[in-house]
Amino acid sequence: MSVPLTLLGLLEREPSHGYDLKRDYDTYFGRGKPLRYSQVYATLGRLTRDGKAVPGPVEQGAGPERRRYVITDAGVADVEEWLSEPAQPEPDLQSELFAKVVLSLMLDRAAGRYLDIQRAAHLQRMRELTDLKSRGDPLDVLLADLALFRLEADLRWIDHTAVRLDLLAKAVRR
Amino acid sequence: MKILQTKGLVKSFGQTPALCGATMGVSRGEILAVMGPSGSGKSTLLHCLAGILVPDDGEVWFDGQRLDTRSDERRSELRRDRFGFVFQSGQLVPELTVEENVALPLLLGGARRAPAVAEARKWFGRLGLDGLEQRRSGELSGGQAQRVALARGLVTGPEVLFADEPTGSLDSVSGEIVMNLLTAAVREQGTTVVLVTHDARVAAYANREIIVRDGAISTLTGVEA
Repeated sequence: MSVPLTLLGLLEREPSHGYDLKRDYDTYFGRGKPLRYSQVYATLGRLTRDGKAVPGPVEQGAGPERRRYVITDAGVADVEEWLSEPAQPEPDLQSELFAKVVLSLMLDRAAGRYLDIQRAAHLQRMRELTDLKSRGDPLDVLLADLALFRLEADLRWIDHTAVRLDLLAKAVRR
Repeated sequence: MKILQTKGLVKSFGQTPALCGATMGVSRGEILAVMGPSGSGKSTLLHCLAGILVPDDGEVWFDGQRLDTRSDERRSELRRDRFGFVFQSGQLVPELTVEENVALPLLLGGARRAPAVAEARKWFGRLGLDGLEQRRSGELSGGQAQRVALARGLVTGPEVLFADEPTGSLDSVSGEIVMNLLTAAVREQGTTVVLVTHDARVAAYANREIIVRDGAISTLTGVEA
């Protein structure tokens, strides 16, 4: 996921301080991986340099100096373009699963057993996510569903591959 | 403690083998998902566990007693009194109202109509079916029909609920509603569930899964049998 474009999107919602951006990013998108302040301010620096956002005047207060950042028209155009583009539909084509199956077949190891173990691990994770959905807020549910549908797709690939191992073995063995 | 257990089940249909030595078990109160490719034998396993089919060889045990050696009549009694069933496409009786459909297992068990219907009505609120009592099955959406089928499966307070692809005919959102209601109800009642499904998102509601492949239980998942 693009951190700069996500922050820019939050700026389009409303002009914000770096602190607010970090808080909102962590709340909606961080999901256990919070942004560092240094990353937020470095990104705001680059967005400013590239003309996508402009810092407002320094606001005096009890705490450290604060500036509210405002998105520019060029920034809005970037967000609009990004949100209208599809994400790369094949991000995991060369995934670890793929590599392990192909290597197992090349090395004449038990690829079917690997797929069984992977299937069990996927189902265990799906159980955890399903349990999370029963307790989570709507954003947790939305994110858990995304993970569940992706894991389901992996499982379909695992089942499809499991019945074709003999054929695949011929293709990769010397 | 296993409430249901099989040892070396073998079952063929003519020359076609369906089960080839299936050994597995289900703990009391557990939700067990039975998964596997089409034709792997998972529905045949469910039918043997429920006493609908009798295996050619091997044993089925329920609550510490042999099930497969009982007479047809005794197995029918068992299914009526201690088991509940939910199938892929509701299989409601179209001539009956929704509440009569839910009350049907009680009526077949000899209950009088008024108390049977009163018992059936207790399930309507819990399963989001309020207001549908007098409808016929043809007037229900697929999701509503499956919730009615679920109520019918649970109305007798069964010890084991057998569910064969209970969301197989539903879209993912309706399926999720049915599975949430099913798991909440059976956990509250301590009902054991044998859930046949090819859908991993449905299996994820279970405590554990076994994989049936070529009529036997995959060694990786069958270790607790």
